[in-house]
Amino acid sequence: MAAPLVLVVLAAVTVRAALYRSSLAVFIAERVEVASPLNAWKRVVEGLALLDLGVSPYSGAIFHETPLIIYLFHFLIEYAELVFIITDVLTAVALYLAIQDFNKVVFKKQKLLIELDKYAPDVAELIQTPMEMHYIPLKVALFYLLNPYTVMSCVAKSTCAINNSVIAFFILATIKGSAFLSAVFLALATYQSLYPLTLFAPALLYLLQRQFIPIKLKSKSFWLYTMQYASLYLCSLVVIICLSFFLLNSWDFIPSVYGFILSVPDLTPNIGLFWYFFAEMFEHFSLFFVCVFQINVFFYTIPLAIKLKEHPVFFMFVQLAIISIFKSYPTLGDVALYMAFLPVWSHLYRFLRNIFILSCVLIFCSFLFPVLWHLWIYAGSANSNFYYAITLTFNIGQILLISDYFYAFLRREYYLTHGLHLTRQDGTEAMLVLK
Amino acid sequence: MAAPEAAPLAARAEAEAARGGAGDGMAALLLLLLLVAAGPGPGPGRADAERERRDALREELLLSPLPTGDVAATFQFRTRWDADLQRGSVSHYRLFPKALGRLVAALGVRELHLALTQGFWRTRYWGQPPLQAPAGAELWVWFQPTVPDVDKAWKELSNILSGIFCASLNFIDSTNTVIPTASFKPLGLANGTDHHLLRYAVLPREVVCTENLTPWKKLLPCGSKAGLAVLLKAERLFHSSYHSQAVHIRPICRDASCLAVSWELRQTLTVVFDFFSSGQGKKDWSLFKMFSRTLTDTCPLASQSKVYVDISPKNKETELLEVSPPPTSVHEAIVQGDRKTYAVYDLLSPSLFNTSRSLNVQLKWKRPQDSSEMPIPTLHAQRYVGGYGLQTGEICTLIYNTHPYRAFPVILLETVPWYLRLYVHTLTIITKGKENKPSYIHYQPAQDRRRPHLLEMLIQLPANSVTKITIQFERALLKWTEYPPDPNHGFYVGSSVLSALVPSVTAMKDVDVEQSPLFTSLFPSSDGSSYFVRLYTEPLLVNLPTPDFSMPYNVICLTCTVVAVCYGSFYNLLTRTFHVEEPSRGGLAKRLANVIRKFRGVPPL
Repeated sequence: MAAPLVLVVLAAVTVRAALYRSSLAVFIAERVEVASPLNAWKRVVEGLALLDLGVSPYSGAIFHETPLIIYLFHFLIEYAELVFIITDVLTAVALYLAIQDFNKVVFKKQKLLIELDKYAPDVAELIQTPMEMHYIPLKVALFYLLNPYTVMSCVAKSTCAINNSVIAFFILATIKGSAFLSAVFLALATYQSLYPLTLFAPALLYLLQRQFIPIKLKSKSFWLYTMQYASLYLCSLVVIICLSFFLLNSWDFIPSVYGFILSVPDLTPNIGLFWYFFAEMFEHFSLFFVCVFQINVFFYTIPLAIKLKEHPVFFMFVQLAIISIFKSYPTLGDVALYMAFLPVWSHLYRFLRNIFILSCVLIFCSFLFPVLWHLWIYAGSANSNFYYAITLTFNIGQILLISDYFYAFLRREYYLTHGLHLTRQDGTEAMLVLK
Repeated sequence: MAAPEAAPLAARAEAEAARGGAGDGMAALLLLLLLVAAGPGPGPGRADAERERRDALREELLLSPLPTGDVAATFQFRTRWDADLQRGSVSHYRLFPKALGRLVAALGVRELHLALTQGFWRTRYWGQPPLQAPAGAELWVWFQPTVPDVDKAWKELSNILSGIFCASLNFIDSTNTVIPTASFKPLGLANGTDHHLLRYAVLPREVVCTENLTPWKKLLPCGSKAGLAVLLKAERLFHSSYHSQAVHIRPICRDASCLAVSWELRQTLTVVFDFFSSGQGKKDWSLFKMFSRTLTDTCPLASQSKVYVDISPKNKETELLEVSPPPTSVHEAIVQGDRKTYAVYDLLSPSLFNTSRSLNVQLKWKRPQDSSEMPIPTLHAQRYVGGYGLQTGEICTLIYNTHPYRAFPVILLETVPWYLRLYVHTLTIITKGKENKPSYIHYQPAQDRRRPHLLEMLIQLPANSVTKITIQFERALLKWTEYPPDPNHGFYVGSSVLSALVPSVTAMKDVDVEQSPLFTSLFPSSDGSSYFVRLYTEPLLVNLPTPDFSMPYNVICLTCTVVAVCYGSFYNLLTRTFHVEEPSRGGLAKRLANVIRKFRGVPPL
């Protein structure tokens, strides 16, 4: 199993190294789809240059990375390309190990439920076999490492790769059942980009499940464990933030990083929904709509936690997708992270309703982004609406893809308990509807 | 060259400023003595002298033919008042305009410099100007250390000046105000140069026209009724390729001992008349041709009223320029490193208006001027925007030092609005193919919608060299309400400011600054070997990407629809559960159809 992974890693490293050496690297680094104001490499370099000039990097509106990132690259600026390749590889390996472990858990759970006769009798074809599951971790690593989005993100040296890596390690720690490491990595991820805060819920659910603690609001052990995990998380967050304070000796980074994420002052076009909406917003309603749009990321967490409390990893996947759709400065690197999970749900494939159309939409949009950008910015023959239209389509595609997976997941769960061949009372084949 | 180099430069300029002031004081004293001597009797003469001592107006006009055949006319009206405006005891204003006097007293202004300019002074072709100003409006003010809130005073001051001069100075706010650390030093009497008391702003978009000239003329003691000011006819002044009017207020030493303060107001106006548009192919000029007026009388309030004509030979040859009528006297001086000869017409001398009722100074070239031998100024610069597309760009500045053997440092001040996001790590300075590291650099990054970028550097210019400074920027997409009415016209970036002590080719004597015409006493000349020059580069016009201005409602609707699609599908999946579709008994239509089918004897649906 390790040999194919090494091959995949080698292939990924080769592709990246080749692209770094090619003339495409400059072109990709300038692309707004992979480099947002929050994580563009040019801005990291600018922050370091400001630090060298003796100016606080947060005194301007260019640099919005966290202090830890500055200090990381303060020492590693010479090896930046290597750092980004290694980060990508680490992310892939972490995801590989996490999914390997998750598969074992799924298999055990399936076995247990079959033995307990919880499944309907005719669902044998829905059960995941070890044969099918064997290659899933490898496919995940492959999907992450050779996804063009990840490759471009890495070549553009977008620090999104580092956030992805932290999140991957958080997932690994959670699935391995280490509450402490999970809390630390979650705190790091929150510190980096704020939105992973919502991943607290699925991580907690997974850890509870692993500890066989029933998720009941009246249960004492449930609250005890929740408090324990929450305090671990908060403590590590406080430690990290204080560490950043001592690195720069000022709190300037709080408004400059988190204020910048939340209030969306920079309207540089990206693949998200925010930039054009707030460029065209009436000043009077701006604050209201900023709140409404920011709530979207956090809004779905609690209902999802209730609906998917038995399936925290799927919850995590949906939440990651929601973050990448509704965050204020999304990039393709964020999209790549949740797309790496798609092989894990390959058993849902038969229930997906319009996967073909949605894949086509996403692929075509990916090609149209640079084309319409060129028409607007360089050729002058199109205007901003063209690029905006493509971001809308891309986001609709993502939303429908996720809800399609969600639908398929729920439908499979229903079949597992109620049997695949449902019949009506009169014996004819039944239709399944959402009511 | 180490960083502290900036400090001595500044200190020198300051010391010179003080000396200039002292010179002024000395001359005033001399004038007073003369007047006392000339007074008819001891009683009333003394009273007159007393009044004369308190304030004085001196007006000057300098006509200088430019190498291209154009002609520059520079007016200066200098009002000097031996009263301390700051003490607040002043209530009676005679020559000094009350509006400005009150302003200085009320807002704790130590020094005020306002320039409104239309057009661009082409240093490369016209040579060093007597007094430079950037295109648009420029305002820089030093406040007294006693002012509690400088930003508030600055805001108030710009609003009041906006009212006084009918200019859009009220658009000066934190997004275009900077606090330079090295480029601007007090020109008047000052102790301590804490640059936190300085505010500097440029509005490059400002259009200067008649409505700015009229209030400016009203500040003159004689208005535009008498004296040199009769020439200031708006119709002619704005039919020119360059027009710049300025107001400078500063404290100076009252006398050589410098125990008391006097206040000086200089109102200056420079205008360049285009030889092509008004010369009819001949490079001959006269006051009438330029201003369509002639000088008929003097301002009775003026204690000096002179017209200078620059008749210095251009290429060491004999005089080429002929002036008529014959001048009252000829004055020689060294101005900005050049030996200049001036023909002087003293309007106060009784002989001048005796021969004819009006004075119409005429300039005639004895033979056609050879324009190919233009002297190139020692320091000149140009600036442009590089790159293509609306995503990124590059500001390139070329600074030329044409001095054959002397290197000198120059302070470059660059103010860039926040919507051009400068990347200071892309700053490169290249001289003669090698990197030129600035010895002092002060960079203040912009903050969105709050503060512009400020970049100040001290660069050493080697002899006979071109220095290329480039810095990359990214163009921001703004909110649709932040664009000006004509968004595709572009956004202006104010001129960058070059300040330098330029070594002169001609050795200078320590001349009596009071006697030399015009502005030499505003900008202090340094020791004999160099002189102070301030240059402004071209303002830039940069295009930004624009959103579609007709779309706000559509965008709000469409984006909200996408969010609603997400909400709707998730709401569906979260709140509903799967059910087997139960056979319904059919709706009303089906039942009706079945009833009909029953009658027809057909099996029901």
